[in-house]
Amino acid sequence: MKFYTQEIETASREQLREIQSERLCQMVKRCYENVPHYRRKFDEMGLKPEDIKSIDDLHKLPFTYKDDLRDNYPYNLFAVPKEEVVRIHASSGTTGKQTVVGYTQHDLDIWAESVARAIVAMGGSKSDYVHVSYGYGLFTGGLGLHDGATRLGASVIPVSSGNTKRQIQIMQDFKSDILCCTPSYAMFIGETCKEMGIDTKELPLKIGIFGAEAWSENMRREIEKSLNIKAYDIYGLSEIAGPGVAFECTDQSGMHVNEDYFYPEIIDPETGENLPDGEYGELVFTCIGKEALPLIRYRTRDICALTRGTCACGRTLVKMAKPKGRTDDMLIIRGVNVFPSQVEHVLLSLNMEPNYQIVVDRIGNLDTMEVKIEMSQDMFSDQVKAIAGYERKISAALQQTLNIAAKVTLVEPKSLPRSEGKAVRVIDNRKI
Amino acid sequence: MIIKQLSVFVENKKGRMAEITDILAKNDIDIRALSIADTTDYGILRLIVDNPQKAQETLKSAGMTVTLTGVIAIAIPDKPGGLSSAVKVLSEKDIQIEYMYAFLNPTDDTAFVIMRVENEDNAIDALTKGGIRLMKEEDIYTI
Repeated sequence: MKFYTQEIETASREQLREIQSERLCQMVKRCYENVPHYRRKFDEMGLKPEDIKSIDDLHKLPFTYKDDLRDNYPYNLFAVPKEEVVRIHASSGTTGKQTVVGYTQHDLDIWAESVARAIVAMGGSKSDYVHVSYGYGLFTGGLGLHDGATRLGASVIPVSSGNTKRQIQIMQDFKSDILCCTPSYAMFIGETCKEMGIDTKELPLKIGIFGAEAWSENMRREIEKSLNIKAYDIYGLSEIAGPGVAFECTDQSGMHVNEDYFYPEIIDPETGENLPDGEYGELVFTCIGKEALPLIRYRTRDICALTRGTCACGRTLVKMAKPKGRTDDMLIIRGVNVFPSQVEHVLLSLNMEPNYQIVVDRIGNLDTMEVKIEMSQDMFSDQVKAIAGYERKISAALQQTLNIAAKVTLVEPKSLPRSEGKAVRVIDNRKI
Repeated sequence: MIIKQLSVFVENKKGRMAEITDILAKNDIDIRALSIADTTDYGILRLIVDNPQKAQETLKSAGMTVTLTGVIAIAIPDKPGGLSSAVKVLSEKDIQIEYMYAFLNPTDDTAFVIMRVENEDNAIDALTKGGIRLMKEEDIYTI
């Protein structure tokens, strides 16, 4: 099976626009009628639902921000009565309240369909064992992949996160074909296999579906090598649905957006103006297919670009590039924009494990950046000058890429946190 | 003539030395000599022990970064000028000493000096010709 929903995934631009326009108009009407927040916004702008006649009118609509979800905590942005809500998820906010999201049965269905499309595009089928190591619970990762794989008809192994040795034992005994988890946890599973003396070539595992955090092309190669699989990116955020909003195909050349349900735009984060295809800017989604929480032009804060055309895999669904970073995990150090993924890139380019932690502080009036890196057997020597030489080499490579000086501190192996969910990469101690 | 020295990466944090020495003690490994090279962020602990292979394996399995390095050990008279005459032999041959550390022989009036040089074979050759007594591996491990 090459496609899960071929008529949509290979539809012409005109067909897609027709579906999108119809769904947008209905959604806008429902938002205006059922969500006080949107009614107020529309009224303030002098906008009526009838003003939105097609997807081309999208730019007339107001943006929705994460703060709007917090201000309407927990349920005030829901567009349906609670009788129709069948599921609640939440994402842990780094500051303040959690972001709460709700789903009707229809919403769960389109989400599961989106994930099923993803699994098929990555080469999975209903005859696969799908090992879900994302956490189950309020986090959308676990249940998202679970429902998608169930929808496809695959055999789901709902392991959830944690207890890595047991995960590996299950992979061996239950013959997991597809692994779903965060990329940093996939790295950790690879390391643990090595420690346990398990040859990953002996495992049936063939596909990895990794998401929920930023990762680089280099990291993909590392994971593919250490687990002997093909590693694919899956994109999503709970505000829009969860994992499966966009997915990579076997061409590994960007993520196809399920744009019949989640309509993407790229905007200039400063001006809010739409940017043309191929240009990097902030990714914005409109949930044209959703009932319970139909967000209009939601600002994801992910920096990426869109490309349209027919992919080598045959899909016509618009592709989004791997996000370069998020406008909110972007660090500004001494006025320089730094993305943690750049540090990862430097380490991998030096053939080092991408286990690092960035510590930012302000001493006097000057920002300081320290990059903690784990000492490895390759780097270690009985002589200080050899190790210092290594440190200088890393510093120079960081300076080259980041345009900012960073102090490199070598720490003991395995001493940096490897959370079994998202890795803690940045500690910002600045009091600004 | 080449002695195996254990080098261990030690991050500068509380309790690290206690942990390492405890692992060695629990595995019945006897430390013959040690020195530490310290920097602001980490140290390199250099050890001569009675069973370097076993010590390396034990520390590695405890998750530490460990390496075995070839060093040489000389025995010199424990009196003024004892070290100087040995070092002079190397200096005359342009052989650089990367680092060294010394300890007294508990049984007689000699001192042992552990040296890390760039080229062990050249150093051994020079020292032998200069009449300096070199210690054998088994002698050092069983002092």
